[in-house]
Amino acid sequence: MSANMVAVLYLASALLFIFALRGLSHPESSRLGNIFGIIGMIIAIITTLMFKSVLSYVEIGAAIIIGGAIGTFIALRIEMTALPQLVAAFHSLVGIAAVFVAAAAFYDPASFGIGNIGSIGTSSLIEMSIGTFIGAITFSGSVLAFGKLQGTVSGKPIVFKFQHTINALILIGIVGLIIMFVLDQSPTIFWTIVAVSIILGFLVVIPIGGADMPVVVSMLNSYSGWAACGIGFTLSNNLLIITGALVGASGAILSYIMSKGMNRSIISVVLGGFGGEQAVNSTSDNSDKIVKQGNAEDAAYIMKNADSVIIVPGYGMAVAQAQHALREMGDILKKAGINVRYAIHPVAGRMPGHMNVLLAEANVPYEEVLELDEINHDFPMTEVSFVIGANDVTNPAAKTDETSPIYGMPILDVEKSQTVLFIKRSMATGYSGVDNELFYRDNTTMLFGDAKKMCEDIVKSLN
Amino acid sequence: MEAHSSEIFVIGLTVFFLACIIGYYVVWSVTPALHSPLMGVTNAISSVIIVGAILAAGPLGHETSKIFGIIGVVLASINIFGGFIVTYRMLSMFKKKPKKEKKA
Repeated sequence: MSANMVAVLYLASALLFIFALRGLSHPESSRLGNIFGIIGMIIAIITTLMFKSVLSYVEIGAAIIIGGAIGTFIALRIEMTALPQLVAAFHSLVGIAAVFVAAAAFYDPASFGIGNIGSIGTSSLIEMSIGTFIGAITFSGSVLAFGKLQGTVSGKPIVFKFQHTINALILIGIVGLIIMFVLDQSPTIFWTIVAVSIILGFLVVIPIGGADMPVVVSMLNSYSGWAACGIGFTLSNNLLIITGALVGASGAILSYIMSKGMNRSIISVVLGGFGGEQAVNSTSDNSDKIVKQGNAEDAAYIMKNADSVIIVPGYGMAVAQAQHALREMGDILKKAGINVRYAIHPVAGRMPGHMNVLLAEANVPYEEVLELDEINHDFPMTEVSFVIGANDVTNPAAKTDETSPIYGMPILDVEKSQTVLFIKRSMATGYSGVDNELFYRDNTTMLFGDAKKMCEDIVKSLN
Repeated sequence: MEAHSSEIFVIGLTVFFLACIIGYYVVWSVTPALHSPLMGVTNAISSVIIVGAILAAGPLGHETSKIFGIIGVVLASINIFGGFIVTYRMLSMFKKKPKKEKKA
């Protein structure tokens, strides 16, 4: 195949990837977009297999089958609640694959047309080491994010002295290593860059708390794209550069949206330490205040007599697997002529759009699921807000209490509705460790118990 | 090759910045409800680095680089299949009861 033919096919594949993302502008066009993405990938792989230098079809075929089988198995088995972990795990694979490709290019530069061992061009060496560096950080950062999301590692931020100084020194060290690598092209230095970058990746994610996980997952998404870009520059491959840039931009925008949803700058998220610290001092303040408590029958009665109900789901709903029972409840209310809608905060769940997927899984029509700015002005006209598994995203302290760690965060104005029903396991604070004054308001009724059980009981009472 | 390396780099840089701009506009047009599938699909397509892994795995023989290439192909394949399938699963959930569209 001629070089031009290859370039044209790679271009086709890059365009199909752009259409794949473009399709996601609407649920109805999204599935076609996904198919475009798959076709683009098939074109890219087949084109590469046609290269004259590619001869070991058996090994490559076996590798694709093994990897494909593992990926298929995992993707078919995964629970939608565990999506954030899965995505983090996948990011780590992109990162480590980038490291392996860079290593392969370093050990056999001739196959990639970037020189010979010991005499690789300077620009290729720089690009290679940057790709390796980003790939290795993506790898270890994602592994740790996976652990935090999965619960194998504590979600609490781990903060220690001189953290930022240490990270900065390591970064300078890596720059030094890259310069040395360019000068003497030694494998030892290459692997040192890999090792130190892996350590840096861990250190970057360690201080970031559970509440900031949506930002971290998006950020790692972005890194995985930049890693692909770095490899693209190393191999002078436009397809990799374009795709990497698309993914990098996507992750960066998602990180921006997420951190805006928490009123935090990306810098402060990266510097970390959010969540957990305030837990001790703020819980004691409200311990003597009175909380109005209700049961499933009360909730059913209140909602049956309302005209409109807005359901505010949070991560707790996902943990309790309550989405199906919740949808059943919503259906009964709708049949009774009540206007039922769902309000999603940008950072509800542990990754961007997580709640939307869980509700869609439970067959909630997507047009009933609204974003914060679409529905927030409707709360004053709403009789019942039904908060299930959410906490921080409804906390009025974000608007009133300047000392609160969540001050300034956009929240869903549930307190403006006539009645707030709040399903919670206990009076424990949310992920940010901040107490919620909403619990003590007169128009709030707390429904203590497991979210799923509570929804099922409400359904029973409604019938 | 070496003589043209700076030229190739500049072409790459041009492509890079134009792609970033395309990415910027395309991603902002994604509806927030589909941000999870967006992550799924970007995950899958970023594994296009399989292209590099295949080139490394291509030659006959048992060079170190070939072993790295094979490992790269396996890892990237996990992601490609996993990413597209999990995105497919997510998106098929969004097709139930496709009534009139309401969202912007």
